[in-house]
Amino acid sequence: MKHKYFVRKFFLLIFSLFIVATATFFLMQAAPGDPFMQEQAIPEEIMNSMYAHYGLDQPWYIQYVKYLKGLVTWDLGPSFKYEGRTVNDIIREGFPVSFILGLEAITIALFSGVILGTIAAVKRSRWQDNFAMILAVVGISVPNFIMATFLQYLFSMKMDLLPVARWGSFSHSILPALSLAALPTAFIARLTRANMVEVLEQDYVQTARSKGLSTYQVVLKHVLKNSLLPVLTYLGPLTSTILTGSFIVEKIFGIPGLGGWFVNSITNRDYTVIMGVTVFYSASLMLCVLGVDLMYTVIDPRIRLENKKMVDG
Amino acid sequence: MKESEVLIATPPPFSEALPEKGISYWRDAWIRLRANRPAVFGLTVLVIMISSAVIVPFFSPHTYYETHLALKNSAPSATFWFGTDELGRDLFTRIWWGARISLFVGIAAAVIDMAIGVFYGAFAGMVGGKIEEFMMRMTDILHSLPHLLIVILLMVIMKPGVTTILIALTITGWINMARIVRAQILQIKQNDFVMAAYMLGASRWRVLFRHLIPNSIGSIITTMTLTIPAAIFTEAFLSFLGLGVQAPIASWGTMASDGLSALRYYPWRLIFPAGFISITMLALNLLGDGIRDAFDPRLRT
Repeated sequence: MKHKYFVRKFFLLIFSLFIVATATFFLMQAAPGDPFMQEQAIPEEIMNSMYAHYGLDQPWYIQYVKYLKGLVTWDLGPSFKYEGRTVNDIIREGFPVSFILGLEAITIALFSGVILGTIAAVKRSRWQDNFAMILAVVGISVPNFIMATFLQYLFSMKMDLLPVARWGSFSHSILPALSLAALPTAFIARLTRANMVEVLEQDYVQTARSKGLSTYQVVLKHVLKNSLLPVLTYLGPLTSTILTGSFIVEKIFGIPGLGGWFVNSITNRDYTVIMGVTVFYSASLMLCVLGVDLMYTVIDPRIRLENKKMVDG
Repeated sequence: MKESEVLIATPPPFSEALPEKGISYWRDAWIRLRANRPAVFGLTVLVIMISSAVIVPFFSPHTYYETHLALKNSAPSATFWFGTDELGRDLFTRIWWGARISLFVGIAAAVIDMAIGVFYGAFAGMVGGKIEEFMMRMTDILHSLPHLLIVILLMVIMKPGVTTILIALTITGWINMARIVRAQILQIKQNDFVMAAYMLGASRWRVLFRHLIPNSIGSIITTMTLTIPAAIFTEAFLSFLGLGVQAPIASWGTMASDGLSALRYYPWRLIFPAGFISITMLALNLLGDGIRDAFDPRLRT
């Protein structure tokens, strides 16, 4: 049954990817303007040879088939704006940077979110709880670009503690990672608190307490593990939040990651890069969600996939 | 709050006495909402924000487009309360014009999402069978696509403007509402009063509009309130990427984006729009949480 469930999910993923790829292709076909439009007019012959070079002189269905073939063989074509570079090059250079930054942000968000949520749940209705939850609602309300500029202004420009921008050492990554992590931290804190409050009322927690375990031991040994499961399901949306956040944060901090490249390609109307990166992002996101699904069933044997299917569908 | 109302809203646990007069669903929710201080704070901020957005532009001595090149980038003062931007435009006036756009986009997107989502979800939940299966598979696929990427792509190919932003936001935005409404309808459908309505000869549509949708109104309103801050955020995010409304009109997002480059020397150009976005989002989130708790106290944590 498990097996069948994942095969089904996998086909849904392939189908969704196909839809993304097709939609992206036709949207870019419908896009106004010309990728080679420049300030001064280019002679018609040169334009024609450029069209021929990039295969733009062919009818759309041939372009579409070529594009799909390219996707399957992982050849995303050349960039229109940066001569001699392919979309593959851009992804190969940009993605590792974004990946490290994202991983750092996810780690920060998971740890600080869970700790904050745990404190709030254990000290329920006391000042620690109120404080943590106020912090969380503020974290959810402040958009990431405001958080990023605020941190940059405060720690780099005013206090001169950390580099203002660019990429290189660990210190360069602290502020961007913090700005990316702020929203998910707040979300995880709320999620952890809500689950933990419920778990703390379970009978086995009472039993553990009456055996004489301290609050610290009860939380660490009995409560934490059981209240963290729902946090796991948030890992999928979390990746998506971090990913879209990276567009903004990499732009603000001048980081040469894939998010920054993507934003540049939007401003430059570099259509092949937009298409390639969109498909790449969609594939990574969907794989993450599938991975989390898989992990969830391995970790929590109580989840029977047949039930899950009913809830989902 | 009056003492008597508190007693009605939460009867003491051991009392067998019923309140003399029943209170309506709405009144009950309203009483609970009023007791929630953060939510009342959020509501107050929003009322002030919306009424100022409507009123202030009429009374301001400046317009959002007039330039004072000699006075560009001036700091907040008695003439220019929030300072001026790089063309010497009055930021105070622009903030309130921007409020109109940002708030309108947020509220309009939420209303359109609601209309489409409720209809789709309720219809799927009501008809059942193969049609429902197909409709929900469609939302599954749409749900698995990365929303913001699609919104960005649409913004790239369409003419920038408020209508475009609304289209891009709602094209993926209604799915969440549709899924929630369908789940609600499936539950409510099991109730005896629905069966009774059918027995009395009510048509499917009558049952849908008189019984199924009204009974899921709590979830609908809660989802809607939490859609507004998400839409305001997305609009600001798009503007920040340069895909928002075009000059001389400005939303909070475009103003924040413009202010970013001047952060080091003219921080007020970023601080005011950024502050207004954050405060509005905060107010909406507090109100949304409050409304959720008011309609469904079981969810309160």
